[in-house]
Amino acid sequence: MASTRAPGRGGAAPKLAPYAFVAPAVVLFLLVFALPIAYTVYLSLFRTEVKGLGLGRGSRSEVFVGLDNYARALTDPELGAGALRVFGYGAILVPAMLGLALVFALLLDEDRVRARGFSRIAIFLPYAIPGVIASLLWGFLYLPGTSPVNQLLRELSLPGVDLLSPTGIYFALANIAVWGGVGYNMVVLYTALRAIPRDLYEAARIDGCTPWQVAVRIKIPLLAPALVLTSLFSVIATLQVFAEPTTLAPLTNSLSLTWTPLMKVYQDAFGRGDLYSAAATSVLIALVMFVISFGLLRVTRSRAFGGER
Amino acid sequence: MRARLGGLPTFVLLLGAAYCLFPVAWVVVAATKSTGELFATTTLSVGSSLAANLGELHGYRDGVFWQWMANSALYAGVGALLSAALSGVTGYALAKYSFRGRGLIFNALIAGVLVPAVVLAIPQYLLMSKIGLTDTYLSVLLPSVVSPYGIYLARVYAAAAVPEDVVEAARTDGAGEARILGSIALPMMVPGLVTVFLFQFVSIWNNFMLPYIMLGDDGKFPVTLGLYTMLKQGNTTPALYTLVVTGSLVSVLPLIALFLTLQRYWRIDLLSGAVKA
Repeated sequence: MASTRAPGRGGAAPKLAPYAFVAPAVVLFLLVFALPIAYTVYLSLFRTEVKGLGLGRGSRSEVFVGLDNYARALTDPELGAGALRVFGYGAILVPAMLGLALVFALLLDEDRVRARGFSRIAIFLPYAIPGVIASLLWGFLYLPGTSPVNQLLRELSLPGVDLLSPTGIYFALANIAVWGGVGYNMVVLYTALRAIPRDLYEAARIDGCTPWQVAVRIKIPLLAPALVLTSLFSVIATLQVFAEPTTLAPLTNSLSLTWTPLMKVYQDAFGRGDLYSAAATSVLIALVMFVISFGLLRVTRSRAFGGER
Repeated sequence: MRARLGGLPTFVLLLGAAYCLFPVAWVVVAATKSTGELFATTTLSVGSSLAANLGELHGYRDGVFWQWMANSALYAGVGALLSAALSGVTGYALAKYSFRGRGLIFNALIAGVLVPAVVLAIPQYLLMSKIGLTDTYLSVLLPSVVSPYGIYLARVYAAAAVPEDVVEAARTDGAGEARILGSIALPMMVPGLVTVFLFQFVSIWNNFMLPYIMLGDDGKFPVTLGLYTMLKQGNTTPALYTLVVTGSLVSVLPLIALFLTLQRYWRIDLLSGAVKA
């Protein structure tokens, strides 16, 4: 942030204007973010008690159960399994996506590489395509009946690969996310690279550095803040994966309706109608996300937001 | 030296481009195939049924597909426009005034970026249903308008792009705060706000969970949700797969056109913090 100097010298010091300007956003924020969050926390502390057959008025009542829902969520084997699955998926996705994005960004930054404009736009293009549509397209490319890869393998008399198998599905999902996200991260890293003063490279070159050494010893260390930011956003996006496995689910038996914790939350809330469990699980997911986000930022001593305030 | 630098790196970059374009190329080809051809012919051979597929898509349930497209355009277009306006006004206020509560508001917004959609979606659904707004256009539009990320970007941009002296000069000349915002600051922030608009447009168009939870009537579905429901029925009606493929192509074309037209307006430097005024 370049300048947020305090006004107030000269002119009429505005007192009410800033409040009027932020009021619409604050009101909407309270309605759409704060209120629902508070409501989730409230819901997570209750449970429906059913009396008798659960029929008729008053036979169902909301009772306070404290942290009971949390205890049940934490000991739910399916939720734990889902968390592990997302972890496995992220362990494939995040390094692959950021690694590729970094390689492409460094290549784009080399003056002598050709076809840079075309490649940059082509690699960024999938960012504009919704996750659902991306999953539809890749889903058909994975289906043994329509997959060109399997067709090719068959013609070479090699055994086909089934990316919709229980193990393959991790790679299938990670590939969709890599495809959709690599270009965005590439552009972020590339933009950060362009902001580095060129004379640094000149000096290194005079000292006899190869382009490879310049990349590894100068560019990548200077990219650290941008890498932290892109990792942070990638991890957050990974934890929120929902549309892709939900879209692929109709094409394979490898994806249960509770494959990720978020899918389980959806099932709990709308499939089983147990809003209280869903709320407790939601809060747990949010807490995990906060811990990871702040952890990542702290580890890097807030270099990503370092210029602020 | 020159060959080493130009050859392999260029090849790697083009390989990346091919990977990213491949599914798009596939859907163009696949949309030309009849249901039989889709599963029987070589993947990349062109079929003969593009017109028939388009006709069928057009006729599917009285043209509900076009309704979905229009809905997506409405959610994303109107939502992103309102969001950019709100972000501009809020971002400017946060960057250019020091007032009590500024830090609190900004930190709350930043925390808002990190809250996962589902944590919000269920209680948002419950609150919307309390006021009778579920299954309406508003139930999808309203939550899309306030974008903590957009406000953050607008604040960063306002700090860099609106000089303090200009604001002071206008104030000395007797301009009111609203006038300074409307006629001086916001016009200076337009490039940043275009970025906010584009980010929001893509993220609303991509948002699956919110409409999935809020909407019941498929006449109000955005195109992503519509195609998903068609895919789900494809299990029992394989003919729908052809329509899903054709529909995917048709739904993606305007996005690609928009993307190619506007791609130079993406100010991603905002994100990496490398803004230069």
